[in-house]
Amino acid sequence: MERKLMKGNEAVGEAAIAAGCRYFFGYPITPQNELPEYMARRLPEVGGTYLQAESEVSAINMVYGAAGAGARVMTSSSSPGISLKQEGLSYLAGAELPCVVVNMMRGGPGLGGIQPAQSDYFQATKGGGHGDYHLLVLAPAYVQELVDLVQEAFDLADKYRNPVMILGDGVLGQMMEPVAITKYIDPRDLPKKEWATTGASGRRPNLINSLYIDPVELAAHNRKLAAKYQRMCREEQRFQEYCLEDAETILVAYGVMARICRSVVDMARHSGLKWGLFRPISLYPFPGDALYDRAKEAGVRRVVTAELSCGQLIEDVRLALDGLVPTELLAYPGGLVPSPAEVFRQAKSERGALNGCSA
Amino acid sequence: MLARVVVNSERCKGCQICCFTCPKNILQLSTETNSKGYNPVYVQFPQKCTGCALCALMCPDVALEVWK
Amino acid sequence: MAVQHEKRVFGYPSSLTDAPFHYCPGCTHGIAHRLVAEAIDDLRLKEHTVGVASVGCSVFTYNYFNCDMQQASHGRAPAVATGIKRVSPETIVFTYQGDGDLASIGTAEIIHAAARGENITVIFINNTNFGMTGGQMAPTTLPGQKTTTTPLGRDVKKAGYPLRVCELLSALDGPAYLARVSLHSPKEVLRAKKAIRKAFETQVAGAGFSLVEVLSTCPTNWGLPPKKALEYLRDEVAKYYPLGEFRDGPREVEACSTR
Repeated sequence: MERKLMKGNEAVGEAAIAAGCRYFFGYPITPQNELPEYMARRLPEVGGTYLQAESEVSAINMVYGAAGAGARVMTSSSSPGISLKQEGLSYLAGAELPCVVVNMMRGGPGLGGIQPAQSDYFQATKGGGHGDYHLLVLAPAYVQELVDLVQEAFDLADKYRNPVMILGDGVLGQMMEPVAITKYIDPRDLPKKEWATTGASGRRPNLINSLYIDPVELAAHNRKLAAKYQRMCREEQRFQEYCLEDAETILVAYGVMARICRSVVDMARHSGLKWGLFRPISLYPFPGDALYDRAKEAGVRRVVTAELSCGQLIEDVRLALDGLVPTELLAYPGGLVPSPAEVFRQAKSERGALNGCSA
Repeated sequence: MLARVVVNSERCKGCQICCFTCPKNILQLSTETNSKGYNPVYVQFPQKCTGCALCALMCPDVALEVWK
Repeated sequence: MAVQHEKRVFGYPSSLTDAPFHYCPGCTHGIAHRLVAEAIDDLRLKEHTVGVASVGCSVFTYNYFNCDMQQASHGRAPAVATGIKRVSPETIVFTYQGDGDLASIGTAEIIHAAARGENITVIFINNTNFGMTGGQMAPTTLPGQKTTTTPLGRDVKKAGYPLRVCELLSALDGPAYLARVSLHSPKEVLRAKKAIRKAFETQVAGAGFSLVEVLSTCPTNWGLPPKKALEYLRDEVAKYYPLGEFRDGPREVEACSTR
C-alpha cells in the first residue's frame, strides 16, 4: 500500500476526489486555504470543476444547486465562514440534500483568531442555522482518519440525504502525516439519484424544496427528518477508547485534543494512575451510550472533559452520563494548544478549576 | 371568419384587464362567482370577436383561449 | 363545417402546470410566467430545463413551471443556478426572481453570476416593492413612491435612490444579453416575449449570462385597480426605468499575459 506524506487540508481534497466528488465551491479563509487551492489544481485533471464563489454564502448555495443536480459536492471553510454558511446548511438539511462541508476550526467569537480551536462544537452539533435539523458531524484526529472519514462522509451524506460536516481544527489541516488512499470511485459508477433535478425527460418533474406552507405538511416533514436523525443516533455513533478497561479517571476529548490526551494517559499510567481516554469520533450523533457504559464500571471515579473551547463538549458528556459520576472540565480556548504535561498537571488537581469555567 | 374566446372561469380572477384591452369590448364581468369567490368574465358579444387574442395576451391568469 | 377548420390561435403553454396562480387579481406575474413557459415551449426545452424559484411572491413558481425546479433561499438563486449549471452544462437553467430578492439581499449573487458570464437565464420581475411581505420599500421603489415602510413616499435623502439593475450589470463584461421590458400593453408584452425568448436562445447558444428585467404591476400593494396599475407602470415606472436592450451579444475581452 503506497503511503504519501500529505498535509491535512490537501489530503481532504484527494480523499474527496477518491470518493467521486468532482465539484468544489470555495472561498478563501485561513487556516483551510490549501484545500481550495488543491482542488483548483487537481479537479480539472479529473474532469471536475472548482469554482471560487464571491462569498461563503454563495459557495454553500452553489453546493445546494449542485447537490440538487445529483452530484457529489463539497465546500470548506473555517469558523467565521462556516457561520455564513449556516443559512445554506439549514436549507440543505430541509431539502434533504447530500453534501460534505469541512470546517477547519479557528478561534472565535467574531473574527477571533487563526489558531486552532474547537469552539464551533455547538454550532456544528446543535444546529447552527434555524429549524429542527442536524448535520452528521465527524471529528477526525489523524490525517489518515481524516482521509477515511471524508470518503465515508460522502457515502453517509447519500445514505441519509443530509449534509455531513467534517469538523477538524487548524492543527489537523496544517500537519503532515503519511496517508494511503486505497479506493478511487468513478462518479459514473455511483447509483443514480432519481430525485435529482437533471431535466424531466421521460418522467414527472422533480422538485428540490424546503418550503411547506401547510403546517400539517411541515409537521410531517419535520417528523420525517427527526426519524432520520434518530436512525443516525442508532447506527452512526463512533468512538475510540484507550486504556479504559480498569480506568478510574476517564478523559473525554476529540480531534487534536484527543491526541494530546492520549499522551496524558500514557504519562498517568507511567506514574501508576489508572487513566483512560474516550474519544468521540462522531460528534453528532454523540456516542453517549458507549460513554455511559464505560463510566458505569465500578472503578470509575470521575470523567474529565478536555476541549479547545470553554465548555461545549462537556454538555454532551453530562447529558450522556446523566449524573452517573462527577464531571470536570479542562478548557483551553482561543488557540492555545496545551502540552500533554500541562494537561496532566491540571487534570491531576481535582476539578480543573484553573480554567475558570469548570464544572 | 368565425372566432371565439373560451374563458376558463375557474382560473379567472375578474381583474378585467381583458375587458378594457379588447378593441371590440365584448368581455364582461359575470354576476356568477367561481369556487374562489371571484366573478369571472364571460363573452357578452361572441359574434363580434375577431380572434385578435389581445385579451389572452394580457390575461395574467392564462384563463383565455382563442380559436379562429 | 367551419368548426373543422377552426385553429387555436392562443392556448395554454405545456410548460405550465394546470395549477391556478396564487397571485392577486391583475398582478402581471402571471403574464411573465406565461412568456417564460412559451419560450421554453417554442424552443422545445421543457425536458432539459431546471428552474430556480426564489423568495417572495414568486416563491411558488415551482408549482407552476412544468419542469424540474429547485427552491432557493432569499437572493441566492443565481448561486444555486450556478451549481446546477456547472454540474449539468447541457441543461437549461433559469432563475425567476423579484426585486426584493434580486436587487436587495441578492445583489452580490446576481452581480457575480453576471460577471462570471454564467451561462444561465435570469427573469427579474421589478414591481418596485416587496410584494409577498405586504408592500415594503424595495431598492427599486421609485423616489416619492409610497410603501408601508415609506409611508410618506420614498425620501431619497433618507432612503437613498433606486437601483437600476440593467444599467448596473451593463457595466460588466460578463453578460451576453440584458434587456428591460414592461408588461403594460399588448405591444410591450410582445416585446417582452421576444426578449425572454432571446435570453433563452442566448443560453442555448452557450453565449453566457442573460437577464430580462420585467417591469410588472403590484395592484394590491400599490393600492390601484388593475387598469390604473398598468397605467402607473407605463407612466411612472417605465419612465424611471428605460426600456430596451442593454447588451445584445457577448463581449470579447483579451486576457493579460501571464507572469
